[in-house]
Amino acid sequence: MNPNSEAIIEVDHLVRRFGDRAVLDQISFNVHRGETLVIMGGSGCGKSTLLRHMIGSMKPTTGSVKLFGEEITGMAEREIERVRLRFGMLFQSGALLASLTVGENVALPLFQHTKKSPDEIEQIVKQKLEIVGLTGFEDLKPDEISGGMKKRVGLARALALDPELLFSDEPTSGLDPIMTAVVDELTLNLTKGTHMTAVVVSHDMTSAFRIATRMIMLGHGSIVAQGTPDEIRNSSNPEVQQFIHGRADGPIPLNVSQEEHKDHQHVRPRPFLGARFRFHHKHP
Amino acid sequence: MSLELRVKNYLQLNLSLLYWILIAPFTGQFFKIAPIFRQMVFIGVRAAPMVALTAFSVGVTLAMQAAHSLESLGAEMYIPDLVMITLLREMGPVLIAVIVIGRSGSAVAAELGTMKVSEEIEALEVMAINPIQYLVVPRFLAMMVMLPALTIFGNYIGILGGWAVCVSALDFNTAGYVLRALESAETWDLYSGMIKSVVFAWIIITIACNAGLNVEGGAEGVGQATTASVVEALLAMLVTNAVLTGIFFFSA
Repeated sequence: MNPNSEAIIEVDHLVRRFGDRAVLDQISFNVHRGETLVIMGGSGCGKSTLLRHMIGSMKPTTGSVKLFGEEITGMAEREIERVRLRFGMLFQSGALLASLTVGENVALPLFQHTKKSPDEIEQIVKQKLEIVGLTGFEDLKPDEISGGMKKRVGLARALALDPELLFSDEPTSGLDPIMTAVVDELTLNLTKGTHMTAVVVSHDMTSAFRIATRMIMLGHGSIVAQGTPDEIRNSSNPEVQQFIHGRADGPIPLNVSQEEHKDHQHVRPRPFLGARFRFHHKHP
Repeated sequence: MSLELRVKNYLQLNLSLLYWILIAPFTGQFFKIAPIFRQMVFIGVRAAPMVALTAFSVGVTLAMQAAHSLESLGAEMYIPDLVMITLLREMGPVLIAVIVIGRSGSAVAAELGTMKVSEEIEALEVMAINPIQYLVVPRFLAMMVMLPALTIFGNYIGILGGWAVCVSALDFNTAGYVLRALESAETWDLYSGMIKSVVFAWIIITIACNAGLNVEGGAEGVGQATTASVVEALLAMLVTNAVLTGIFFFSA
């Protein structure tokens, strides 16, 4: 971490509540140019919510989020769009438009936001697909390629406008180990070579330690630990040790209680009445 | 989702649609033309065979019912009048809207809903592409053009259905049928039907897009939103039809 370089993302005392429950509680951190920050933590710890606040698709209850020095929490949709042109985002599922081909997906931001000619755009699309190792896949539809390929196309699309900042949501989940290494290497090349800044949400520890220059571990909505990969690896915090070594036993609670789920009615456990009726049905 | 929130979302969708169509083009953000034509084919042209079959059946039915009732009065000569006016004023706009709701409205709701649950809409927003401008505007404009066009097309086919009955089963010849039909109808009968179908187009496409964009909860949510959009669009369309008929033919 170089504290002298300019801060690209500044998150300050971010609080997000759903009802009475604070999903994010007093989160503060900065990301500087050229850094690769990995945000890790168990499922449901607020990683994705934090990411959605950084890209401006959710607004915090209190606190501030600054991208490139501009406060985005109070911005109107029109102003946020201007900021969004400067970063790319890779979604967990790739989030490709199913009605467009692979090539059209990558070309979409170029067609919408630049005045480049179709020939130039075709060149850029070829080049971006080559970066992710998918040359020649331009004319296939997203449902004709595998999940890992979709993710790589998603990465190519995120890079189409040569962003200064890249957000990735679980970039390596669902990829085989070799492809994981390829995506990691790609991220490293981009951050080292072009001084791109990256924020990666991940719970793939191998990949996280490979690419991170700094790591944050979230738990119950607040920051449990942060530091360089070495600091995290040698952390004395038992929660961190449990997480990075993937142990079933430890201080991290296994189940989220029903009480904490009252804002997510659709996942509330229900007594399974169907089973009884089904058994009765089988024995007339 | 609460009713209040859904109404709020619906009004917001209408407002931003108006912004993107009427105001944004003057600030240099002109909508693209090609997607509108693609949607016109999807929403309109592909619905044409179904519309034709429906309209023909309705024309045939109207003529048979008219023959049955008017024969006892000895007024068979008015059958073309009845077919023509009923089609232009009511049956054409309403039944073709029903077909388009069932076919195109539900398809739009399901498509946008699927895009919503698979994060595609969010991806558009993050790429600084406004989903209203990119997805809703082309569908809206396509529907506003194609539903009235389908209605005119359906009217012709319906009249053809009436002709088939009159010429084959009753004592009409083609010239007699056409003359009678043209003589009875006034231009206002056509215009009132066209105004209705423009209003219906607005109702159908905004309800379908709103249902799709507000889907929550995966595949099940997409199914519910699609069903809801069909039911709501049908109800809204039929109630509006009654109101418009009242305004057009009972207020003067």
